[in-house]
Amino acid sequence: MNRAITRKLAAAATNAYQSKVLRKNLCGGANASAATSTQINNHIHEDKQSFTHTVHPYDIAIVGGGMVGMALACSLATTPLTKHLNVAIIDSNPALGSKVSIKKEDPPDPRVSTVTPATISLFKDVGAWQYVQQHRHAYFDKLQVWDYTGLGYTKYYAKDVNKDVLGCVVENKVLHSSLFSRVEDTDFQKTIHPSRLTLMSLHPSSSSTVESSSSTEASYVNGCLAKLELSDGSSLYAKLVVGADGAKSQVRQLAGFKTTGWNYSQNAVICTVEHSVENQCAWQRFLPGGPIALLPMGDKFSNIVWTMNPKEAADCKSMNEDDFVKAVNHALDYGYGPHPKSSLLASADMFSWLGGNLVISANDSFEVPPKVVKLASARMAFPLSLMHAKDYASRRVVLIGDAAHAVHPLAGQGVNLGFGDAFALSRIIAEGIAVGMDIGEVSLLKKYEAERKPANVTMMAILDGFQKAYSVDFGPLNILRAAAFHGAHHISPLKRSIISYASGEQRLPLFS
Amino acid sequence: MASKLLTKVGAIRDPKIARNPNPLLNATRRLFSHRPISTPPHSPPSSPPDNGKNAHKKSKPTSSLKDLELAKFSAIADSWWDSEGPFKPLHAMNPTRLAFLRSTLCRHFRKDPHVARPFEGLKIVDVGCGGGILSEPLARMGATVTGIDALEKNINIARLHAGLDPVTSTIEYCCTTAEKLVKEQKMFDAVIALEVIEHVADPAEFCKSLSALTHPGGATVISTINRSMRSYATAIVAAEYLLHWVRLLYLDSCALALLKTVV
Repeated sequence: MNRAITRKLAAAATNAYQSKVLRKNLCGGANASAATSTQINNHIHEDKQSFTHTVHPYDIAIVGGGMVGMALACSLATTPLTKHLNVAIIDSNPALGSKVSIKKEDPPDPRVSTVTPATISLFKDVGAWQYVQQHRHAYFDKLQVWDYTGLGYTKYYAKDVNKDVLGCVVENKVLHSSLFSRVEDTDFQKTIHPSRLTLMSLHPSSSSTVESSSSTEASYVNGCLAKLELSDGSSLYAKLVVGADGAKSQVRQLAGFKTTGWNYSQNAVICTVEHSVENQCAWQRFLPGGPIALLPMGDKFSNIVWTMNPKEAADCKSMNEDDFVKAVNHALDYGYGPHPKSSLLASADMFSWLGGNLVISANDSFEVPPKVVKLASARMAFPLSLMHAKDYASRRVVLIGDAAHAVHPLAGQGVNLGFGDAFALSRIIAEGIAVGMDIGEVSLLKKYEAERKPANVTMMAILDGFQKAYSVDFGPLNILRAAAFHGAHHISPLKRSIISYASGEQRLPLFS
Repeated sequence: MASKLLTKVGAIRDPKIARNPNPLLNATRRLFSHRPISTPPHSPPSSPPDNGKNAHKKSKPTSSLKDLELAKFSAIADSWWDSEGPFKPLHAMNPTRLAFLRSTLCRHFRKDPHVARPFEGLKIVDVGCGGGILSEPLARMGATVTGIDALEKNINIARLHAGLDPVTSTIEYCCTTAEKLVKEQKMFDAVIALEVIEHVADPAEFCKSLSALTHPGGATVISTINRSMRSYATAIVAAEYLLHWVRLLYLDSCALALLKTVV
């Protein structure tokens, strides 16, 4: 920090001297040079003052130090053009910043995320995946989806699309600490402010005078910096404010971004469960009230995400553990409806004329998920909704992650969209710096929006479509869904498209 | 504007056109036709007394056109920094030209293109800087920038805007011309004149001034891009050709009777 200050002072001094000399020579006039020399003296004096009194302005202030905010910091820290930036991370979580060691014996946290292969490769690019691999994580290469009507099912294998894995289930705290560890590896200048954002000004009021005590405040008054006030009374300035503070984003609210969306009349109950055998497949069954997902976590643990109406969710949360385990097994097995028939040959013949190579996987028949033996964590319940911000960016402020969009968890895409946002924003900031742009410029931030918004909105629309399609128990629609299952299972080009889209590659299904 | 340049270039290739007394064009003709051409001494008409406003444009029958151009720029000077205003195309193409400058100048001066401020230590002059749309990013990239423009109004706006950000407030803005700078014997590592040459009465003389401002071993960058999409495409070709042309001239010292200061 001291080195930076002395360097800046020296630079300011030489610049001031150079400007003094040049002004004298080029513009001529004794009056002009006298005026400029006093200006320059004041400038140097101001600079000296600003380093002793006011806080140094940051380049970027990331509000929200969760997974997505930390992914942005990590990406900035590991890109040559952005690693010199001075970044503030504002998060009221007191544990952030302290070296949280995750022990192997720790029971698995119910808050997990399924990261897609695209996200895994982004993590590998910044060098954070190596830290994830040091903790509990579970790749899966098999996925089975079916519903309660028993009319159809879909089974996907990664090798059908020449991939090794369909995804990896990782605890959120592991993802977060891996990104943080990677940032700590580098000499990235980051300052954690353990506080909450209370006020944000992007445009100083017209009544503020230019007569200010420091160059930082002068820059703020000139519109070059945003001013953030925190709950602990401190304030800071930054060229760009990034809202990574989740679905109830304070940044989004203070910046006045409008949102659109609706609440699903569903809550999600999540918990960790244990089996007697290893679970190596991801399972999802659509029930009348909502889907139940069983995701492998490794070490015979699995994560349950069970969507249902709020009353049932409250019941599930409060019922005793044995009853809950029984309910889960019931929901995954014969509850609500029969097993689908795995009539392999019949369905295969029916679809063979649709072309493409028929992909006959080794164990293509319907399987029942492994039985849950006991509950391994507390049960949590969250309300579900869809939310999308109409704009992601305006001057000096930009939203990433859940602050910009919230989706239904039924396809495990939410945080993957957020990671996509974070890494895209980091890349765009680097491109802006490469051409000497002010990183808070609207034109640059709108480039990020133009890239991410269509991708996010498309995914959200598809997920919402699924949610709506599966929430109606209506004969003809059930058969349509069953047909869709069969199609998705047997028509291999479609299967490949769906898998690659869900894996995070940016193509829409059907349009490959 | 760009098509005019293209036809000029085309004219050079045609050995039949021998009347053009311009030494710059003659030199290029020599390069392309490999025939000795007698270069009649060409002295530009003596310029009228410098009235300070449009000194780097020679007084010719076309000077009224130059006044018109200045007046046109003067009228819209306030909207330089309005990215949705009359200068919208300029703002839109700014990142592209800066990316080009970055890669070209880094290659030329052997600077590392992967650092945030690759132009540290380079003295650059932005000729015809206007409101400073090019000067400010160059300053952010670490260069010591001097911006000059013939219009006082532009310089005032440029100075005001650059003063808002501490990084760009080090830019030196002056209401002057390339010719005047040459007289003051100023020299720079890189001389950049983007979208200026089409507003100049005597492009050849202008090029002479630009090359005189460049240090030996430095770089001169000229661009001329029009505002319609079609000539944008052709103009890029012309600019590349023009740059190439100037570089070719740098290398062939025999052909450069009047441009001998450029190495």
